[in-house]
Amino acid sequence: MLGIIIGIAAVIIITSLGNGLQSYMTDAFDSMGTNLITVNVSNRGTRSVNPDDMFELATDNSDVLEAVSPSVTHTGEVTCGSTTTDNTTSITGVSEYYNVMKGYDLTDGRFLSYMDIEGRHKVCVIGTYVANTLFGNKSAVGQTLKIGGNTFTVIGTLAEIGDSSESSSDDCVYIPYSTAQKLSRSGRITSYTFSVTDQHKADQAKTVIENALYEIFKSDDYYTVISLSEMLDIINTMMDMVITVLSAIAAISLAVGGVGIMNIMLVSVTERTREIGIRKSLGAKRRNILTQFVIEAMTISALGGILGMITGVMISYPVGNLFDITAVPKASTIALAFSISVAIGVLFGYLPASRASKLNPIDALRHD
Amino acid sequence: MIELRNLYKIYGSGENEVRALDGINLTINKGEFVAIVGQSGSGKSTCMNIIGCLDVPTSGQYILEGIDVSTMHDDRLSEIRNKKLGFIFQQYNLIQGISILENVELPLLYAGLSKAERKEKAMKALARVGIQAKAKNFPSQLSGGQQQRVSIARALAGNPSVILADEPTGALDSKTGKEVLRFLQELHSEGNTIVLITHDNSIARKAKRIVRLSDGKIIYDGPSDDPNAVVSADESGVNG
Ligand SMILES: Nc1ncnc2c1ncn2[C@@H]1O[C@H](COP(=O)(O)OP(=O)(O)O)[C@@H](O)[C@H]1O
Ligand SMILES: [Mg+2]
Repeated sequence: MLGIIIGIAAVIIITSLGNGLQSYMTDAFDSMGTNLITVNVSNRGTRSVNPDDMFELATDNSDVLEAVSPSVTHTGEVTCGSTTTDNTTSITGVSEYYNVMKGYDLTDGRFLSYMDIEGRHKVCVIGTYVANTLFGNKSAVGQTLKIGGNTFTVIGTLAEIGDSSESSSDDCVYIPYSTAQKLSRSGRITSYTFSVTDQHKADQAKTVIENALYEIFKSDDYYTVISLSEMLDIINTMMDMVITVLSAIAAISLAVGGVGIMNIMLVSVTERTREIGIRKSLGAKRRNILTQFVIEAMTISALGGILGMITGVMISYPVGNLFDITAVPKASTIALAFSISVAIGVLFGYLPASRASKLNPIDALRHD
Repeated sequence: MIELRNLYKIYGSGENEVRALDGINLTINKGEFVAIVGQSGSGKSTCMNIIGCLDVPTSGQYILEGIDVSTMHDDRLSEIRNKKLGFIFQQYNLIQGISILENVELPLLYAGLSKAERKEKAMKALARVGIQAKAKNFPSQLSGGQQQRVSIARALAGNPSVILADEPTGALDSKTGKEVLRFLQELHSEGNTIVLITHDNSIARKAKRIVRLSDGKIIYDGPSDDPNAVVSADESGVNG
């Protein structure tokens, strides 16, 4: 009985944690954007790309590529008067398409425009953490803040992306990539983000970009093209494998539980051979004896199964919390584990009972 | 109604061969009260087990109410036992995990009666042995005499043609033993056929007819008031 409980509980805990982890990762990737392709390049001399090349690439392949934005990233502090964010704020130079590509909404003001990029304006759009920290409840639009000694005017605030905490996705400032390029020492843009027209065309889009870059660099050593949806696929495949292996382990513990039930039934049938003899002497047929013991075995294993289910579901939530994931017990898995336990019970109840039911009543009666 | 024709039950083979029943010919009619007596190991239980369809003979024929049951299949024998035979065992053979009422209901359950019918008949049988107040109790809560009465009720419940009792008083003190015996006599006077097995001559004398076994053979078959019935020439030991 304990074996069945542990077996079922283990199967449920493992699979629901696995499912939880999987959906956690899917969510995480979704928030990063599975419609996005990130390109990193190392420009060398003439073999280099600039933002215009990339915009052209996107326009030429508008069937798969929707938009592109350079991405010039710094991490640093942002100040306003005497208030300052910690050194964790991500300051990113992007194009005017970036908010649409990422699916960011604005609560106030506007996003960067083509004119801001062209004119290398010192304007910025800020996340909720920065807005809250620097301006509190006041409207941030129209205010100024300082990044590395340069004064920027806030033109818009983003809606909450993460949980508005420090280092979250809301701890951010977006400025025109042209401005960022001018302010940075190297002046080179090494990272671009493309968005695809259709998430399912991510592979195709990736190939288009890779081919174009190979044309320019004549080697694939100087660029990397990463598609998040592709990575998600890979990770999901790996997760499936891990879950399968863990489930196999759980299935073994279930089998051990089955052996436990078999033992219970063997012992109970043997102990009760005399009872079988009495019942047969009173007119029980083989079928009656079989039915009785199979029902008993089913009851024991079903009870064990139910207890295991409850234990499993109850344990998986706190264990999930421990790892910061929400356990997702699946009805189908639970049903499967339960049916397996009942099937084991029936099988292992049936076998000894079938043997005992064939005993000569007088032999069974003499047994003690 | 019971007819054993040239019946043998042989255990083992070769040197270890034991002829528990060695060519038995016996006829018992409806309404008879027969005691089968004999020393320990004489074959009484073997005989009763075959009469009770709990065991099958090695050879020979057993006709029960006109049906040859000597070569019947297990499940058919269960049916015969259920319909025609009621058992009273020395060790009561009540099932411990279920109530008195459920014990008495068992033969009715296997006969396929509805729950209501079972309960009605079982309560009636318990009332006959004067123990209906204990219906909800478990066997372990009853004394030996009470348990034996429950087993009598169970034997009666299905209204069988023959009641078979193997040493029914063997595990009881003499007072409760007499009570059980008186009950068997009462059943007989109501027209039931009773086969009683005992090694005790004083008990055997309560029957109308005595069949004495020795080494698997019948050495006496006649009325119980015949002096030969009780003390046979070559037997010493137990007597009344
Ligand atoms: N299952 C068995 N296997 C071998 N021998 C048996 C078996 N049952 C009974 N016997 C032998 O058959 C003989 C008759 O036994 P039984 O009918 O029990 O005698 P009783 O009931 O008169 O004491 C005895 O010698 C006994 O040892
Ligand atoms: Mg005996």
